[in-house]
Amino acid sequence: MNRLVPLLAFAALAAVPFIPFGREGGYVLLLVSRVMVFALAAISLDLLLGGGGMVSFGHAAYLAIGAYAVAILDANDVSEAWAVLAAALGAAALFAAGTGAVALRTRGVNFIMITLAFAQMVYFAAGSLAAYGGDDGYSLIARTELFGWPVLKGRGFYATAFVLLLAGYLLCRMLVASRFGRVLRAIRQNRQRVQAMGFNPFTVQLTAMVIAGMLCAVAGVLLANLSEFASPAYATWQRSGDLLIMVILGGAGSLHGALLGAAFVVLLEEALGRLTEHWRLIFGPLLVLSVLYFRGGLAGIGAKRD
Amino acid sequence: MKRYGALLVTDSVDLAVLPGTIHAIIGPNGAGKTSLIHQISGIVASDAGRVLLAGRDITHLPLHRRARRGLARGFQITSVLPEFSVLENVALAVQATAGSSFRFFRPAATEAALNQPAVAALARVGLEARAADPARRLSHGEKRQLELAIALAAKPRVLLLDEPLAGAGPDETARLVALLDSLRRDCAIVLVEHDMEAVFALADTISVLAQGRLIASGGPDAIRADAGVRTAYLGEAA
Ligand SMILES: Nc1ncnc2c1ncn2[C@@H]1O[C@H](COP(=O)(O)OP(=O)(O)O)[C@@H](O)[C@H]1O
Ligand SMILES: [Mg+2]
Repeated sequence: MNRLVPLLAFAALAAVPFIPFGREGGYVLLLVSRVMVFALAAISLDLLLGGGGMVSFGHAAYLAIGAYAVAILDANDVSEAWAVLAAALGAAALFAAGTGAVALRTRGVNFIMITLAFAQMVYFAAGSLAAYGGDDGYSLIARTELFGWPVLKGRGFYATAFVLLLAGYLLCRMLVASRFGRVLRAIRQNRQRVQAMGFNPFTVQLTAMVIAGMLCAVAGVLLANLSEFASPAYATWQRSGDLLIMVILGGAGSLHGALLGAAFVVLLEEALGRLTEHWRLIFGPLLVLSVLYFRGGLAGIGAKRD
Repeated sequence: MKRYGALLVTDSVDLAVLPGTIHAIIGPNGAGKTSLIHQISGIVASDAGRVLLAGRDITHLPLHRRARRGLARGFQITSVLPEFSVLENVALAVQATAGSSFRFFRPAATEAALNQPAVAALARVGLEARAADPARRLSHGEKRQLELAIALAAKPRVLLLDEPLAGAGPDETARLVALLDSLRRDCAIVLVEHDMEAVFALADTISVLAQGRLIASGGPDAIRADAGVRTAYLGEAA
């Protein structure tokens, strides 16, 4: 299950551009691109939540950090991918190290509230960037390019997002299985035991927050390019909540569950959004039902129980 | 010294544990034995007093740094990693002493450098047959054995054990006593235990705690003969 489901999921994503959807083709590619962007963000959050037991309620801040790295460089006529990535990753790493060092002094509900508060700070800071659209957000002049090559236009976006998602997923799998990831998983189970063995949970968890933040900022870079827009709204608590829902609905700790959860949430949002603008009213009860009946999340359906 | 509000839980306790010896701590329930072990290992901070390890002051080091210096412990309430396999529990303890844990790429589960010492520690406590099982499936007695294997895998200088025989059946007790006896040559052991037969069989030195105070300390024979100890503890227990 642990190999087959992600294999099928990525095979399906790889096949989408080759399926003739006719006139709907462009729309489908856009929608699935959106799924992949949020899947990357959700997988990075699963590294914290499923891997390290850290319930970060402010992960969307990194979407905004990535998006504003694109926007701010764009306003200064820079759209080279390496520069954009360096800015996005650097800013995300700094933000994660600074806020993580504070948030990790707390646990449980306090950790949730502090990560939320830091994300709200990003939201208000982005809204105050008058040179970059303030509350209204910023429309990109040009999409990010790789050595002047438009890798994020049309089908190129789909291909790039697919490659980054696959790379992000494999990276997280590797991290979770490594020495580092093993300590991270152990802290979630029994923090005191891990300390008594001689590990410092703080440095391990902080490192995880930095890695997850950087990965999510890559999703933010993609999101800004997909919508050709950077908005303070990328950092709202609703968005952070959506990411948590994707991970929990998909089954925290499995990584590919976050991918399934992202697909489910984005597609359902699209479908319900067509029916009614109050789609969250339908979505809420659905979520409660799924948590009650699918304990292991979407990734746990059909998986062996003991 | 440790206070919880007005309750003085450990008061002027002075213990020395020598390499290669077992130092037992006995005393009635609520005497402060677990509190004392918590203070030595660094789980709770002392309000006064010092803890020295091999002559170095470790009083202000956090739990994980004391562990690095060679202090390993078992818990009165068994404390293992329930989702990990038995082997992985011990391999993680090996990992704490074997190079950096900031390695991000190679899978840890197949590292022979971690698994071989882990298997050896499991064999030592007689748990190698359960190596592949998740730790949560172990019986209470087996979890105790696993705790010992985790502690041993760290090759500690001092091993702190809080009632390792509690809840063990007669066969298990006999096996654990033999094991503890053999561990003496690897490290110094501080043994908190209610099983008097085991304590008198194993200990080189016995210290008696009552209401947070050390009321006697000496060899097994001296303690057996001590009148104060008999009234405070042995009298009501035996
Ligand atoms: N965290 C705590 N807060 C308040 N009192 C405590 C705490 N931990 C232990 N005590 C009290 O300290 C005393 C000693 O407890 P403990 O060290 O567990 O004794 P023992 O292990 O010898 O049975 C008991 O009276 C207990 O109620
Ligand atoms: Mg106790």
